[in-house]
Amino acid sequence: MLDTQKPPRKKRWTPPFDPRFPNQNQTRNCYQNFLEYQRCVKTMSRRGKNSEPCEYYFRVYNSLCPTSWVQHWNEQIKDGTFAGKI
Amino acid sequence: MATPAQLGLQNATSPIMEELIAFHDHALMIIFLISSLVLYIISLMLTTKLTHTSTMNAQEIEMIWTILPAIILIMIALPSLRILYMTDEFNKPYLTLKAIGHQWYWSYEYSDYEDLAFDSYITPTYFLEPGEFRLLEVDNRTTLPMEADIRMLITSQDVLHSWAVPSLGVKTDAIPGRLNQAMLASMRPGLFYGQCSEICGSNHSFMPIVLEFIYFQDFEVWASYLYIV
Repeated sequence: MLDTQKPPRKKRWTPPFDPRFPNQNQTRNCYQNFLEYQRCVKTMSRRGKNSEPCEYYFRVYNSLCPTSWVQHWNEQIKDGTFAGKI
Repeated sequence: MATPAQLGLQNATSPIMEELIAFHDHALMIIFLISSLVLYIISLMLTTKLTHTSTMNAQEIEMIWTILPAIILIMIALPSLRILYMTDEFNKPYLTLKAIGHQWYWSYEYSDYEDLAFDSYITPTYFLEPGEFRLLEVDNRTTLPMEADIRMLITSQDVLHSWAVPSLGVKTDAIPGRLNQAMLASMRPGLFYGQCSEICGSNHSFMPIVLEFIYFQDFEVWASYLYIV
């Protein structure tokens, strides 16, 4: 992980309660944050800005999503077969 | 963990399990009272020489044996719903832990800081040390801090499994393509055992779960090693 992608040193952090996903099924929580990160990075780079504000979404989806899902989605993005709208 | 020929629930390690044990005692007492009343009435019916063959109506007793069961059912439902909503409470978690079911082992991911992930296979009987428990021990235990709210996210890589630790009152299905959230909290340190609770193939009985709850400070030290760049 990049340094900007890590939470501040010596400060415990975990994704907080998201009122958009209050129930037991957190699948959408993970997927939505992944999409938000990809969209944020794409928009920021299109505007020529630093993508550091997007790292919040990275930390949330990194904590919530199983790594196998993230790897699978990243491969799909690289191949151009990712089904989500980025 | 369960002891041989155990009939009752395991001792509670989390506040939710304490509530569940209390509710179980309450419901079981009602069941025993109703069953013994019915058995007593049956024995009275079978041992009397009195007969009454011309009953036309029984309005009063009909009222009693309708209203009373309704009241009893309400007395069971109210604590039950209270605990149901309590299990859905989301307190500010200290840590997020992912448990992923595979055929036939669990893997755990701690991704808040560094990406720590490991597999947890059963220790075969041949490799057990003296004092260890058959079919319950694993090679890598899941270490967690006690007295902290932990958010568990449970899923599966292949077929249905279920992540259960009876002492903590947790049983959550591991469904492929879905992330199920459960909250864990232990009031004391120690080792807590569980087993896969959804049929998943030939080795379904051989994929246990062992949680090792340690003191907060020790967990911080353990976690700080995860964080060293």
